[in-house]
Amino acid sequence: MLLSCKETTRLVSQGLDRELAFGERVALRVHFAICLGCRRASRQMRFLRLAVRQLSEREFPG
Amino acid sequence: MAAPDDFRQQLEALRPYLLRYASLQLRDSAAAEDCVQEALLAALTGQASFAGRANLRTWLTGILKHKVVDAIRRQAREPVVSAEADEEPGEIDELFSERGHWSERPAAWGDPDGALEQAQFFRALETCLERLPTRTARAFMMREHMGFETGEICKELDITPTHCWVMLYRARMTLRECLQQTWFGK
Repeated sequence: MLLSCKETTRLVSQGLDRELAFGERVALRVHFAICLGCRRASRQMRFLRLAVRQLSEREFPG
Repeated sequence: MAAPDDFRQQLEALRPYLLRYASLQLRDSAAAEDCVQEALLAALTGQASFAGRANLRTWLTGILKHKVVDAIRRQAREPVVSAEADEEPGEIDELFSERGHWSERPAAWGDPDGALEQAQFFRALETCLERLPTRTARAFMMREHMGFETGEICKELDITPTHCWVMLYRARMTLRECLQQTWFGK
């Protein structure tokens, strides 16, 4: 299964919300191997999660 | 165990944090204040159940989450104003060519961890969140801010899992793009 970048980002996003099937994970890896843009987008989506979780902590530390 | 007055003071000290937590999710300061009030009241009357727990804020946030979900349930029943109807497939489609390749390859984000140290970054993030359509933001914040599973979000918002994933995908892609433009690309 060869994914486009659009399909890849959609799957990356779903991977943050549900367990991906084995085939889906393999397809992602294959795509990441050749696509810098999607590797970055994937990293950035995970970073978003990290940042949003900290959002309510920030203004009132402690 | 703390004396009642002391306990009350500790709760009051957490009010700003709680208010911020609820406001981020609800986008409605009156509704957020109601939730915080209800949560503090529930905490006071249910004081005994706090005994022995390590962290007051975590416990209180748990109570507040329930109140916020109640409010979301009420909001979800209100009809969405058609002027801000949620489906905007155009915005995501613009990011890709017809064959599904990036129109413009995402740039690297230099030092994202450093951004997490800056209050200004969180303001930029909030501004980006405010630009999201209401329902999209609601689903996204339930997932990423309050940490609900997709199944629970579907149930509360009365949507299918597929619809939920699409909304979360749109939110992430839009926020990614917004942060690129307003923060990382600067």
